[in-house]
Amino acid sequence: MLIKLHGRSLRALSPERSPEPFLGRVCTNPALPAAARSREILLVEGPCELPGGFRAYLTRSETGVARQPNVFFIGAEFPFLGDGDIIRIHPERSGLTVLYRRSSAFNSMLVTERCDNYCVMCSQPPKERDDGWLVDELFEIIPMMSPETPEIGITGGEPGLLGSRLVDLVDRFRRFLPRTALHILSNGRAFADEKFALALAKVGHPDLMLGIPLYGDLPEVHDFVVQARGAFDQTIRGILNLKRHRVRVELRFVVQRDTVERLPAFARFVARNLLFVDHVALMGLELMGFARSNLDAIWIDPLDYQRELAEAVEILDRARMHVSIYNHQLCVLDPVLHRFARASISDWKNLYLEECARCEARARCGGFFASSVVRRSRGIAPFAIAEQSGPMVAQRED
Amino acid sequence: MNQLADTFRDRSAFAPSGPYRLLPARFSRLDDRRYVITNDVGEYVVLERPALQALLRHELQPGTPLYADLKSRHFLFDGESRVALDLLALKYRSRADRIADFTALHMFVVTLRCDHTCSYCQVSRQMEEKSRFDMSQAHADRAVEFVFRSPSPAIKIEFQGGEPLLNFDLIRHVVLRAESLNREHGRDLVFVIASNLTRLNDEILDFCKGHRIYFSTSLDGPADLHDERRALPRGSSYRAAVDGIQRIREALGPDAVAALMTTSPGSLPRVREIVDEYVKQGFHSIFLRSLSPYGFAVRTSLVRRYDVDDWVKFYVEGLRHIIDLNLSGYPMREEFAAILLQKMFAPVGNGYVDLQSPAGLGIAGIIYNYDGAIYASDEGRMLAEMGDHTFRLGHLDEDSFEEVMTSDTLVDLLKDSMLEGLPMCSDCAFMPYCGSDPVFHKATQGDVIGHKAFSSFCKKQMAVLRHLIALMEDDASARRVLQSWI
Repeated sequence: MLIKLHGRSLRALSPERSPEPFLGRVCTNPALPAAARSREILLVEGPCELPGGFRAYLTRSETGVARQPNVFFIGAEFPFLGDGDIIRIHPERSGLTVLYRRSSAFNSMLVTERCDNYCVMCSQPPKERDDGWLVDELFEIIPMMSPETPEIGITGGEPGLLGSRLVDLVDRFRRFLPRTALHILSNGRAFADEKFALALAKVGHPDLMLGIPLYGDLPEVHDFVVQARGAFDQTIRGILNLKRHRVRVELRFVVQRDTVERLPAFARFVARNLLFVDHVALMGLELMGFARSNLDAIWIDPLDYQRELAEAVEILDRARMHVSIYNHQLCVLDPVLHRFARASISDWKNLYLEECARCEARARCGGFFASSVVRRSRGIAPFAIAEQSGPMVAQRED
Repeated sequence: MNQLADTFRDRSAFAPSGPYRLLPARFSRLDDRRYVITNDVGEYVVLERPALQALLRHELQPGTPLYADLKSRHFLFDGESRVALDLLALKYRSRADRIADFTALHMFVVTLRCDHTCSYCQVSRQMEEKSRFDMSQAHADRAVEFVFRSPSPAIKIEFQGGEPLLNFDLIRHVVLRAESLNREHGRDLVFVIASNLTRLNDEILDFCKGHRIYFSTSLDGPADLHDERRALPRGSSYRAAVDGIQRIREALGPDAVAALMTTSPGSLPRVREIVDEYVKQGFHSIFLRSLSPYGFAVRTSLVRRYDVDDWVKFYVEGLRHIIDLNLSGYPMREEFAAILLQKMFAPVGNGYVDLQSPAGLGIAGIIYNYDGAIYASDEGRMLAEMGDHTFRLGHLDEDSFEEVMTSDTLVDLLKDSMLEGLPMCSDCAFMPYCGSDPVFHKATQGDVIGHKAFSSFCKKQMAVLRHLIALMEDDASARRVLQSWI
């Protein structure tokens, strides 16, 4: 299912509107006690009398001019919106952005677009500008999130560039959402400063994991991919410092043309030097941003690296490390790798192709990034139930 | 090859600049053609002589696969990157970590009595009736106190003899006493009874059920080979062993009993039969051991009756057979190879008592003799039976735990057993996979360090390690089997 999280087609129905963008939480209960309404945005289906006191109103049916301030017509857009979702409304731009979906298993929060790496396959290219408002906004909405939220992702840009603000942010999550797992995507370089790693550890978040990309066993490979000399040393030192202070770390390796040759060597290096990391994810490309502009230089068909991938997984698995394959469809993976494949793509950017409708393995498969349509593996083909007696065997259609 | 967009620099912009520098390493000949080079933490690369020369002369070309592998495995570093030093230090610490948690194995000689009369026996056996060769309860209690003074989080108490089941009352007493103390100490506590199983009975098995007790027995091979050397008046030692093994598995589970074999001159041409006997008895593990030069074995000169080359031939043939069993679908591990492979490929230290540096004397294992004397190792106690008290650390009646563990005897032995400083070991490529055996060298050469050029221990280690590395390099199917043992 592909979900649109941002739109610019709100139509204001009330003359009185906030001049500035504002945040609020979706509520479908018009009878909510008045005293609890100030941060809530009432969502109604049909025409009805709108009770006062809500921060704003969204209606799916066209009505005349509304008496309440900040009433917007959204029609059939954002059909998934429901109680507890957190949105930003930008009246000037007729914009609505969904920041948090209560029903989603995984909500990802962008905290900065600045980054000190410049990865050749970056799916979210960095922007060098002051965007401190992003983290300010996150601070504001944390108390509005459901304490039952299973997991929140923090992403960038490079969250490590926030410095002590990142530590404060993790602390705020710990206090307001103590049962929510927190996953931070970071290049790890900032944690080469042991004091920073220690500060993060001292927050004592009960379920924190840092996902740190490492693209090779050699500095020249990693530094090239991230386009920063010295990044390999800093990232490794960051990982060591975090683990020294008992912060959980996941390594993320993106398989592309420049990294695939040393993928088995990378696995050996990790099993030997970084055995204590908590998880290793071997990931396929997400064809967005720089990955798209550099596509011809970095693309390799997954069919052409199954040997290297299988060898790497075997090395890591034999070392009793937790290893997963992300962003790969089952039909392009060697069958011995199927048990390591995870359906890892966030629902809002996940889709399946036409032929997937006929595929027996679809329910177990991670599918595609919405962005994958620009280049696809030769191996994409549905699995069909073999028409034979005996045990059920999945095999590929020609 | 397609280019990156203009805002990106290509690979050459990130290539290391300047000459490379070497990290500490040792190399030895692997075979006629090749050398093996190892670093301090046990990573290795096999390379031919010209490549080795180029490496050492700083003439190796960056960008080649060999250069990349040597750099990845921390044999060299270059450019501005120095993180190799951090990682090497960390790996060294990981491997050495276990030394701080000393003495996991505590052996209790609960009696010296035995019902067998084996010619090669390592201990000076006594007649069964003479209960003055039993350990006293007072000594046992004192030894249990020593056990819990060791910082090791995992504790194994092994009952030895003689035949320990001849003094089962004391075993029961020690188990209950240790478990009672462990309620406070919370260690991972297990017990092993090293027995020939002739005295196994339901009462013993019933007791074992409620406790974490395992059995270790001897199985030298087929019945004739086993009985030839394990003389049991009025009976077959082989029969007692295989019957006992079945009874233990029935009562305590399939993993509750392990078997050890000892190689004798008669074994040498029969390694396949020996391995097959283990398969027949349902074992998935065998330790192909060499004959130890202690006890009666030395006195009867058995040890000189076969050369280490014969044993290596025996071992290589046995290992081949075991690998083939695996390839045919019967999982089986050869434990000596498994220990060495673990040292080669696992980043953490290996606890095998007999291959440590410093030696495992006192700090990997310690033994409390039936008479209250404390020895640094089982073999050290056997040497004492022959009149050499080099490895006697003290006595349960006279010495405190601190006095034993900090005694000059022990500290000097440990100092003299660190391979990093021993002649011929310090520059041997196999050093990270090896260990010290001071008792062996004292017994055979009269000196705890020994001259390695004349050491059959050294010869055996090198031969087996060369063989394993060559298999890993040259035989893909064998490699997969060996890797599964790590």
